[in-house]
Amino acid sequence: MISALQAVPYISVLSGGLLIGLAALLLFAFNGRIAGVCGITFSLIKHPPSLPFTAWRWLFLAGLIVGTLLYHFLTNTPFPEPPNNSLPLLIAGGLLVGYGTSMGSGCTSGHGVCGIARFSTRSITATACFMLAGIASVFVFKHLFGWSI
Amino acid sequence: MNQKIIALLAGLFFGAGLAASGMNDSNVVQGFLDVSGDWNPALMFVMAAALMVTIPGFQYFLRRKPILAQSFNLPALKNIDRQLVMGSIIFGIGWALVGYCPGPAIAALGYLNWEGIVFVLAMLAGAKLRQFQVT
Repeated sequence: MISALQAVPYISVLSGGLLIGLAALLLFAFNGRIAGVCGITFSLIKHPPSLPFTAWRWLFLAGLIVGTLLYHFLTNTPFPEPPNNSLPLLIAGGLLVGYGTSMGSGCTSGHGVCGIARFSTRSITATACFMLAGIASVFVFKHLFGWSI
Repeated sequence: MNQKIIALLAGLFFGAGLAASGMNDSNVVQGFLDVSGDWNPALMFVMAAALMVTIPGFQYFLRRKPILAQSFNLPALKNIDRQLVMGSIIFGIGWALVGYCPGPAIAALGYLNWEGIVFVLAMLAGAKLRQFQVT
């Protein structure tokens, strides 16, 4: 367990979490919007577009990518290793995440960080469901099936 | 300051936070979900730290008005239904398979790995499939 803890130092874990919280609070306090990454992303691929104003969504997503890159360049931290999945598993994982978060109207950010902060029972339920499903799935895939995921 | 600048700033902070916390590292995320194996509990503190900011902040502003907008844009649905539970479980399975949830998947596009790009394209296809199904 010690080696796993050292993979990401706690100080950056905590400051990262605080930054995520600050970002979500900024969008909520100023714009009255929920910083749910899947909701923001998937509303952009709706046809016909159901929402007239999309510029802020593109800016948020651009910020997400640039903010990550800025962190690595400013702190001189190497990029993480890419997922070590086979192509079929990558595609299956992406399909499940896209379909599931659309069906469940939210992901880790929208339900986990914002919804819980609103004391939404839907979000608390959703967060419990995807956490437990994630933990159970890693157990099944890795330890029962012996897949390298 | 207008809402577009706030959205960009929020995205920048969010992206930096994901990178700093280890959420962008799919192997760290899978280590967090691997409770029965070589468990890495560190990511628990990401959500805990984020909630330390959002819970008091959201509760404060919910009783007021957004600073730049007329009102809050909140989900209309209130009841717990089959879609919420089933969708979240399906999401959790996909999250476990690869170690990416939507935020880190988009943020990691900047790393320009083919694995991340394939994952995001599949994720958009999955969302599209759901959109076709319900419209």
